[in-house]
Amino acid sequence: MNREVILETQNLNKFFYEPVKFQVLKDITFKVEKGEFVTIIGKSGCGKSTLLYCLSTMDTDYQGELYINSQQTPNMQKDHLAQLRGESIGFVFQFHYLLPEFTCLKNVMIPALKLGKYSPGEIEDRAYEKLKMLGIAEQAQKQASKLSGGQQQRVAIARALINDPAIIMGDEPTGNLDSKNTQIVLEIFEQLSQEFNQSIIAVTHDNNFARASDRTIEMEDGRIISHDKAL
Amino acid sequence: MKSKVNYEIAFTHILTRKKLTLVAAAGVTIGIALYIFANSIVSGVDSYSKINMFKTIPHLAIHVEDKLSEPLTDSLNGNLVLISNPKIITTKNTINNPYELMGAISTFSFVKNVAPQVNVDLFYNVGKSQMKGTASGIKVEAADAMFDITSTMKAGDLQGLSSDLNGIIVGSGIAKKLNLQLNDNITVISSFGVTKVLKVVGIFSTDNQQVDESKSYINLSTAQQLIQESSSSVTDIYVQLSNPDSSAFYAQQVEKITEYQVDDWQITNADQLAQSKMTGMMTPLISFSIMLVAAFGIYNIINMTISQKMNDIAILKANGFKGKDIITIFLSEAFVMGFVGTFLGVTIGAVMVHLAKGIYVGPPIGYFPIQFDPGIFISGIIFGLVVALGAGYFPARKASKVDPVEIFRR
Repeated sequence: MNREVILETQNLNKFFYEPVKFQVLKDITFKVEKGEFVTIIGKSGCGKSTLLYCLSTMDTDYQGELYINSQQTPNMQKDHLAQLRGESIGFVFQFHYLLPEFTCLKNVMIPALKLGKYSPGEIEDRAYEKLKMLGIAEQAQKQASKLSGGQQQRVAIARALINDPAIIMGDEPTGNLDSKNTQIVLEIFEQLSQEFNQSIIAVTHDNNFARASDRTIEMEDGRIISHDKAL
Repeated sequence: MKSKVNYEIAFTHILTRKKLTLVAAAGVTIGIALYIFANSIVSGVDSYSKINMFKTIPHLAIHVEDKLSEPLTDSLNGNLVLISNPKIITTKNTINNPYELMGAISTFSFVKNVAPQVNVDLFYNVGKSQMKGTASGIKVEAADAMFDITSTMKAGDLQGLSSDLNGIIVGSGIAKKLNLQLNDNITVISSFGVTKVLKVVGIFSTDNQQVDESKSYINLSTAQQLIQESSSSVTDIYVQLSNPDSSAFYAQQVEKITEYQVDDWQITNADQLAQSKMTGMMTPLISFSIMLVAAFGIYNIINMTISQKMNDIAILKANGFKGKDIITIFLSEAFVMGFVGTFLGVTIGAVMVHLAKGIYVGPPIGYFPIQFDPGIFISGIIFGLVVALGAGYFPARKASKVDPVEIFRR
């Protein structure tokens, strides 16, 4: 099966200069296909989160090539990258990063309102849809700060999905969740990649989570040591 | 539609922290209120003192300038040094053909009134008491239109002068020192040695002691007799302008049509002008310091909001918000603080000015000299908004440069 490549890196190298010069990423070259659910594992300090933030286009301080949707990103302006992120990438972090003053619905709507592809009315309908898909539609009008941790994380996922991004990136997306909520998030991710053909790249510590993905990349000391680790 | 979400976020921040917004706005409110109040006082006092000044001083005065004698020959190529003794050679200090000149001057569009005057240096004698002073021979109608003499009258009537050729209106200082009352007689001796007995038909008082103790008004014809000149002679022509602030320019225009000296009030009263300029400079300085403090209030609160909202800024940036969107968000918050503060400040300022206007300070000033000047209110509004935006811009720019990765990796 030869599917379309959504994200590709070539010889990605990155250095930290403080406190001493140190190479965090060494010749990272890999591809992620459309609809693929990829997890990145490795010990603390192996550079997996650093890699994810380079892929996210938020960290541009590296050498090498990064293509997202066949667009070469390293030469883009910051504003252009912001636009690209809004359109093509959704983020889920260990912490939910919801805006506490807004309702859950509004939190989900904000990235779409920024992108401006749909009218506010349509965006509201779509946000409801996403919340319903994640099973928290009844919490839509509550303040984000008044929800439980698991619910907040699901709102954060809904927010990541609102613009139908080609790629969803997760940095320990289940790191703060109990096993029940972890299972829910995992099922959502599987559904996204299988039914909606969205690619997922998630950094994780959780082997159960990694096992559920299509492919697991293992890193050690800034290098990829396995592109498809069997767990 | 795209940028509306920026404002939505800004307003939500403001509505969820009303107290902080009000604290920041209060700084601007106090600043703007004081700015308006202080400037209104300066403007009021300034125009009060000008109105007062122009009761005795004309905007432009045309008179004969004393001429100095010139040597018959110049120094010869520097080889021969000529020593001469220049003297004043003016024999006559009256203006030739004054009414023709007055007619010409009154055709200028910037001229409001033109009045002839004959000024006589003289002594006032009553019994053995004597005072020296100056009598201004006036045409009652014209002089009153220019100096509003009627408003300074304390006793008698200005019109009494036109009905009695030998009438005199004396300053209150003269009346007090010579113990003069209405209808008393007074002997005046001019510097030309002419003596006349005049009847006091009125007493006036400007709030200037020096003027009140020396000046008197008499009829133009009486003054002409006192200087032994014909009835067509005039020593000064006074001009009232529609805009006295540009007197220097108008003086040049008038100079073009006459050989005589034209003095504008800004030169003859340079000291008073300098004083009003000084206060005019001090007030902006004081208001600027007040506004600086207000600006720091806004700066601090926006700065604090930003450090509390680091997570929000990071996730907004991850979700496609650009640097300028972040600036828009926090700048609109500063603008709202500035707007609320300015609005309240202008309102309070207006109330303060209104209240101060009603304070009676007593004679000679009367009511507190403060005035509503729309210019001050407009500049106050602009000042308040600009200060707020300026104070908000720096923290907002800092927020726009937040690196989201640093926040997410904490």
